[in-house]
Amino acid sequence: MKAFARLLERLAFTPARNAKLTILSHYFQTTPDPDRGYALAVLTGTLDLRQVSPSLLKRLVSERVDEQLFRLSYDFVGDLAETIALIWPTDAEARAEEVSLSQAVTVLRETGKLALPGVIADLLDRLTPPERLALLKLATGNLRIGVSARLTHTALAMGTSRSSEEIEEIWHGQAAPFLPLFTWLAGGASPAVALAPFRPVMLATPITPEELAPLDPAAHVAEWKWDGIRVQAVAEGGLRKLYTRAGEEIGTAFPDIIEAMTFEGAVDGELLIRRGEEIAPFGDLQKRLGRKSISRTMLQSHPAALMLYDILTWEGEDLRPLPLSARRARLESAQFDSPRIGLSPLLPFETWEELTRIRAEPHSPVIEGVMIKRLDTPYIAGRPRGPWFKWKRDPMVIDAVLLYAQSGHGKRSGFYSDFTFGLWEGEELIPVGKAYFGFTDEELRELDRFVRKNTVQRFGPVRQLAPNLVVEVAFEGLNVSQRHRSGIAMRFPRISRIRTDKPASEADRLETLKAMLRS
Amino acid sequence: MTRRAEEVIYPTDAGLYCVPGDFYIDPLRPVPRALVTHGHADHARPGHGAVMATRETLDIMAIRYGDDFAGSRQIAEGPVRIGAVTVSFHPAGHVLGSSQILIAPDHGPRILISGDYCRTPNPVCQPWEPVNCDIFITEATFGLPIFRHPDPMTEAGRLLTSMAEFPGRPHLIGAYALGKAQRVIALARAAGHHGPIAIHGALKRLCDYHVDQGIDLGPLVPATDPGEAQLILAPPSAFASPWVQRFRDPVLSYASGWMTVRAQARRRGIELPLVISDHVDWPQLTATIRELAPQEVWITHGAEDGLTRWCEIEGISSRPLRLIGYEDEPE
Ligand SMILES: [Zn+2]
Ligand SMILES: [Zn+2]
Repeated sequence: MKAFARLLERLAFTPARNAKLTILSHYFQTTPDPDRGYALAVLTGTLDLRQVSPSLLKRLVSERVDEQLFRLSYDFVGDLAETIALIWPTDAEARAEEVSLSQAVTVLRETGKLALPGVIADLLDRLTPPERLALLKLATGNLRIGVSARLTHTALAMGTSRSSEEIEEIWHGQAAPFLPLFTWLAGGASPAVALAPFRPVMLATPITPEELAPLDPAAHVAEWKWDGIRVQAVAEGGLRKLYTRAGEEIGTAFPDIIEAMTFEGAVDGELLIRRGEEIAPFGDLQKRLGRKSISRTMLQSHPAALMLYDILTWEGEDLRPLPLSARRARLESAQFDSPRIGLSPLLPFETWEELTRIRAEPHSPVIEGVMIKRLDTPYIAGRPRGPWFKWKRDPMVIDAVLLYAQSGHGKRSGFYSDFTFGLWEGEELIPVGKAYFGFTDEELRELDRFVRKNTVQRFGPVRQLAPNLVVEVAFEGLNVSQRHRSGIAMRFPRISRIRTDKPASEADRLETLKAMLRS
Repeated sequence: MTRRAEEVIYPTDAGLYCVPGDFYIDPLRPVPRALVTHGHADHARPGHGAVMATRETLDIMAIRYGDDFAGSRQIAEGPVRIGAVTVSFHPAGHVLGSSQILIAPDHGPRILISGDYCRTPNPVCQPWEPVNCDIFITEATFGLPIFRHPDPMTEAGRLLTSMAEFPGRPHLIGAYALGKAQRVIALARAAGHHGPIAIHGALKRLCDYHVDQGIDLGPLVPATDPGEAQLILAPPSAFASPWVQRFRDPVLSYASGWMTVRAQARRRGIELPLVISDHVDWPQLTATIRELAPQEVWITHGAEDGLTRWCEIEGISSRPLRLIGYEDEPE
């Protein structure tokens, strides 16, 4: 596990993409099977491990370390797993032979709930501090490695005769410890390809009106950007699968869609909840996500639908090399028997000004902007800069007052970076949300300084602040919520600006936010 | 009549003051008479009337502040009588010339001031020496149980591995000028790096001094003209200055006990944190207290809450002095 721990540590501190690639490819080239395969599964997030709760870990450590010393240490380190990894008392002499990553993975996969605490403690006893951290991050499912699947595939391809595109093509259907994949990379036979596989999706990059201006409108089409979930529906050889854009299967939560997939092919589109012609907000879709089974009532009250915008294969033919214009024509002539499946309409425009107007007045609240796609490009996996753009509607903003701060854990530990903000109701500031991001590193330091100078009270790790600082909070939408005192939940709130120019008394009122909910 | 420890020595705004000897230890401001444990700038300051320290510490002070850094100076050799106490200096294993200072009153407890100290073998200074005492006045820079410094050779190995993995990238290590810089160089040499090492101008005179004292640092070149040198040492403050921009795509590294904690490395923008410390870590700190078995532990600076709690658990009476002015990691 030493090599794996070192790999995670180096990736965590290495910002540059090229350096990450070097580190990864060296790791894959020098680490034996099956460990490198398990590491690959961890890096690509395809390993299903038993999760250990923070409270279990806290209990284990409290049996070994004085509570006060632990608390002082945790305050200093800022990250639970890291504190435990560092503080876990061990007898260095007692470490006999190295624990391999595969052994650790096997333990986390196969240990029953009751035996888990003892087994985790035993593993921690046998590891060095960096290995303990790697194990704890694995066990708490909180790795945050910061490498994409694409980067990992590129690293795998380095020094072999295969390309990363070839790897992505056969990727689905492979599983830890990926022995056939590594054999193939070394020049051996092709691994078996899965049936109805996921195909890596083509992604869009954001664009601004200034960047749009020099482009030729006639060379592009535009569609609505729906606020649903991007999915790939694959029905091939009698198998039907519904994948997220990351390749995760979500078919069990959407039996109505699976039932409607009577075609033979792979299509790309948006998953939404649709009642008649009316498309429901994202919150409705969320109710059906992540469920193992869906009740009949839920199927009726929250019926799912697909809004297609691309076609990847059809009746055995791979359409991805065709330009979008040809693919769109094939999509429009394809037969879908179910009313659950329709096409995302193309928006009629001749100039960017026209598209700007269309974008400003979406007919449905479930539209978050427009997509702009070049007609002459094939379907390219990944996020190529150029052929596809997303042009989001401007986010909503309010000016709020910072109320509480907590020091960040993980990447931002050491700084106060988790903020609770509030709006005025009468003479009182009501907390309305929390934001962890949006600010630049420089703004983070400014916020951190503010927190340290304006703390009025501490509750454990939380600092209550003097209500002196106004921040502009941008967000993507609002939902009604019983759980929030304000009655409103914000989607993706983030601190977009620090408004030192504005006194707290001039921050927005809760009524303003409520009005935004209704509009 | 037997004096109580509090009557022999106590903390003042200027630092620890010894009453029957009428002198200060590592004073924070100019005083008539100072005893200095070692040459780090927060312990050894200019402008005192008289300074007593090891020959190396006096040399280092002269290098740093000029020959007129004090009215008069005295090399600490053997037990010396000052006023109504006997003082002696004993190696602390922290940096070249670093000492612990023992104060023995004619009637009263033997008081040992640790200064900064370290018990991991260090090729650039004499090893720490145990001294029998009744009152142990210790630092607690790394006084939390999370600090367990790895074998420094492991860290040197990590440095060389990174240099081999990125042969085209200069490796810049932040290391303070007295002690850490020379130790990192000596470690890199011991790990098998024999080529020239480039050093920032601020490190030059102290590196030269170590070499004069017979410590082999191998070939050193100026960082302004590094030639083929892939390893470059600089004071950490240089990373924030335009100086660093002369290096293309550098790997920034920092050699310090603080590098144990990831957030500490992240907030400095470090890509290769090296845990190399000139202070005792938690196991050494607690083992030292057990070994010396003093009647009382006084804590000068650092994470005193952690060490105080440990003493409480162990049933050792302890007392934080909360001396302000000593830095965690001076340059
Ligand atoms: Zn020092
Ligand atoms: Zn010090």
